[in-house]
Amino acid sequence: MAANNLRHALFCAIVTLIISFPILGLNLEAKGINITLTGAKTSTYVAIVLAAVVVFVFQIFRDSFMGVLGKLPNLNPLAGREPMEQSKRVKLESWILTGIVIFALFWPFLVSRGSVDLATLVLIYIMLALGLNVVVGLAGLLDLGYVAFYAVGAYTFALLSQYTGISFWMALPIGALLAGLTGMILGFPVLRLRGDYLAIVTLGFGEIIRILLNNWTTLTGGPNGIGGIPDPTLFGMEFGRRVKEEGNTSFHETFGIAYASEHKIIFLYLIALVLAVITALIIRRFMRMPVGRAWEALREDEIAARSLGLSRTAVKLSAFTIGAFFAGFAGTVFASKQGFISPESFVFLESAIILAIVVLGGMGSQLGVILAAIAVTILPELAREFSEYRMLIFGAAMVLMMVWRPQGLLPMRRIHIKLNRQE
Amino acid sequence: MSMLVLENVHTHYGKIEALHGVSVEVNRGEIVSLIGANGAGKTTLLMTVCGTPQASSGRIILQGRDITHEPTAQIMRSGLAIVPEGRRIFSGLTVEENLHMGGFFNTKSEIRKSQAHVYELFPRLKERENQRAGTMSGGEQQMLAIGRALMSRPNMMILDEPSLGLAPLVIKQIFEIIGQLRDEGITVFLVEQNAHQALNLADRGYVLETGKIRLHDTGKNLLENPDVQNAYLGG
Repeated sequence: MAANNLRHALFCAIVTLIISFPILGLNLEAKGINITLTGAKTSTYVAIVLAAVVVFVFQIFRDSFMGVLGKLPNLNPLAGREPMEQSKRVKLESWILTGIVIFALFWPFLVSRGSVDLATLVLIYIMLALGLNVVVGLAGLLDLGYVAFYAVGAYTFALLSQYTGISFWMALPIGALLAGLTGMILGFPVLRLRGDYLAIVTLGFGEIIRILLNNWTTLTGGPNGIGGIPDPTLFGMEFGRRVKEEGNTSFHETFGIAYASEHKIIFLYLIALVLAVITALIIRRFMRMPVGRAWEALREDEIAARSLGLSRTAVKLSAFTIGAFFAGFAGTVFASKQGFISPESFVFLESAIILAIVVLGGMGSQLGVILAAIAVTILPELAREFSEYRMLIFGAAMVLMMVWRPQGLLPMRRIHIKLNRQE
Repeated sequence: MSMLVLENVHTHYGKIEALHGVSVEVNRGEIVSLIGANGAGKTTLLMTVCGTPQASSGRIILQGRDITHEPTAQIMRSGLAIVPEGRRIFSGLTVEENLHMGGFFNTKSEIRKSQAHVYELFPRLKERENQRAGTMSGGEQQMLAIGRALMSRPNMMILDEPSLGLAPLVIKQIFEIIGQLRDEGITVFLVEQNAHQALNLADRGYVLETGKIRLHDTGKNLLENPDVQNAYLGG
């Protein structure tokens, strides 16, 4: 065992040297037309050797390190606690959710403009994560191209507003429906796929949409994106200083208050909040309906679910469509918030982040997903001072999270359905 | 009157033919056993009845209706229930929820009735009502799989190797239950490697060998048939 450890540690240290020496220790310098190879400062070499020593020591004592990590949950005072009774838990959860919503309603009036803007982004991610939660958490279909539906929603609004001058409120259902339709169309070819294969095909689909948007320059403007997307209005009242569209009035004049740029931001935030709450409520409803149980049955055991007469096609398509629908919802809000969109906003990293939110939150659990969305969006902002290291911190946080709580922040506890036996 | 008829059914997996023209008839109220060695095509035959994969030629008729080209979901909702090989219960759900999944397309009052009936047949399941199904023993899981299949109030039940991996005492119990199902008027099509018990219980039996029906007789005659004894009953 010890010899084995030593050999492994030596190997790791050597790999560290091999990797870091050429990257950090050698510099290419352009001198005229020639490129010369120069060494780095002595301190860099010392650092490389030190790093190798650290790796070596860590690998030798790895088992005890990891052992300590594994024991940490015992320090958590809540770990050994009996799970709460179902009725109590459901009640507590809805109280917490109501509390969060009420707090969220008043929050924009207390804080700075930047915070409200960030909070709107958080709400958009909550919508996205709740939608993806249906596909990945409940139906168990690993979708790596979820951002495509987000893009469909956003581009629907942007293009329609550019070519037909449609308003936000008209675009919202159209964007969501179109995204849902796209979800259904994608659903057909991937019905037979499972696991890894499904993930790869959805990943490809996400890229197809992005590349299409990038290259169809005549329609989408390509990498230049689309600007001038209108802000939402409140019953025909605009939030700008001057009214842009004929027939509209402006918010501050109607109510006789001074113009403030915050009004628009707060209004957008409130729209996003209402839509996020609606998303959560509708999906909660779905989870308790037969279709929700069918999703879970299919996730648990596809053959068994089919043997009971469930149609694989209908169940999978419904999950895909509903998930995509809410991504379209979020996309429309996003387009309106930014006022400008380009394919750059819909890269694979977005899909990965949304998926990370669902996994971190605990697959299938709504409250968990909401908390994770808040954490994942705000964490990089808080760590902005570390600038280039923030993604590193983000990654480390994820790794630690998976070691400690592989089941997510708040793993899903199923609502046990009972029939009352009277009668 | 026949419940299920297979007429000269061929089934392919890609280019490979797994069933070479199989004809089987199951009459209403019978227990019919299908025995055969590993790889003879027993499970393929059952799956073909369920529509996954679909037969490439021949006809399958369930209760007078041609179901050869119907999708699986539709077949499984027309009075047929299957207890799949390896039980395949929903291990994360409780026993009760598993049963409710079995009655997915029924009304609440129907579910309540069938649930009471299943608990009557398997008092053990009633005791474990709120337990996660995956935490039960193999025998209990098999009972749950049968109970779940019963929840849709089928006229015919197909069982794929219900004795797989169970203790002899539990197997005996399961076979008793299967006999009971017949007494309730459910037609049973039983696929087994455990040939002795399966033929003992069955009214009639079929022997499947490399995708073809080799023999077909009453259960009793098959038990006494020297060829069957040699090949499947350990001589």
